[in-house]
Amino acid sequence: MRKIIGIILLIVIAWGIIISLQGIPFGVLRTEVADHYINKGIEETGAANIVTSVVVNYRSLDTLGEVTILFLAAIGLGAVLATIIRKEDRETVKASLILSTGCKFLFPFILLFGAYIFIHGHLTPGGGFQGGAIIASAFLLIYLGCHREKRINETGIIISESLGGLIFVVIGLIGLLTGTHYFLNNFMPKGEFNTLLSAGIIPIIYIAIGFKVGAELSKIIELLMEES
Amino acid sequence: MDFLHNYIYYIGSFGLIFIGIFIMISKRNYIKVIIGLSILDTGVNLFLISVGYINNGTAPIFSKLTIEAENMVDPVPQALVLTAIVIGVAVLGLALSLGIRLYKHYGTLNLQKIKEQKW
Repeated sequence: MRKIIGIILLIVIAWGIIISLQGIPFGVLRTEVADHYINKGIEETGAANIVTSVVVNYRSLDTLGEVTILFLAAIGLGAVLATIIRKEDRETVKASLILSTGCKFLFPFILLFGAYIFIHGHLTPGGGFQGGAIIASAFLLIYLGCHREKRINETGIIISESLGGLIFVVIGLIGLLTGTHYFLNNFMPKGEFNTLLSAGIIPIIYIAIGFKVGAELSKIIELLMEES
Repeated sequence: MDFLHNYIYYIGSFGLIFIGIFIMISKRNYIKVIIGLSILDTGVNLFLISVGYINNGTAPIFSKLTIEAENMVDPVPQALVLTAIVIGVAVLGLALSLGIRLYKHYGTLNLQKIKEQKW
């Protein structure tokens, strides 16, 4: 019964989508706003990666809201799991020496790779969100391989997350005071194109986002691994 | 054949979206519903990316200044999908935590038993 209703619903949705997509040509046109971003992006923001200049410069208010959503999801996850009684006396098998040593050996290199990804966000594909996800994957590797010998430092997570959010908002407010007076204005000098120290506030904000996203995703992983 | 060549991305993305919706409607296990949600999320992201595609396009990155701006794909949907992926991960984590609470409270993940539905 549920399957029949589902198939009927899907046929109705598919009919509407086919009708509405017939008017859109595929792979030919770009929108005007995309043309503006691509043609004027370098002189207006100084970033080589146009996607980064859209995320952190043109639409950085959206990014602020999105970081807030991630923060709220982490808080909600903590609130949902907070009242569960922890089971400490579960039977577990200790990981072998090779596995745990390999995880501890790989851990700093994965952190370094994540930091590389979010520091070079304005030059190469990547950025704060991707780098943060890579950093969280390093913590996940420690949890899976090292059998809870090491735990994540709670105060470190709280400090890096709060500092990331604070730097983002404070740089936005400084941009409100200087130059053309709008929130998250790119007020710093653009620098030489395609070098590490270029593009004004974009690398600073992406580093802040990297720390924040990495801390939040590590917190989510830690809660899910500890409580279940 | 020309139709398939032009619309293969739309077909693939809506295939993923329909698979996700069908799983979410028809399955009764909570974990399978979450898997359907994740597939649906992937399909929506693929659709947004393929809307901004240009034929024979390159990535919108000026790694050299000599790269022509004419062939670059639309950067706006890519920026939107970048944020949508992270939100998808956060929503997935929240749904899994709700699943943990449901299992601790009811002892089962079967939504039919939890909500006492007849069908």
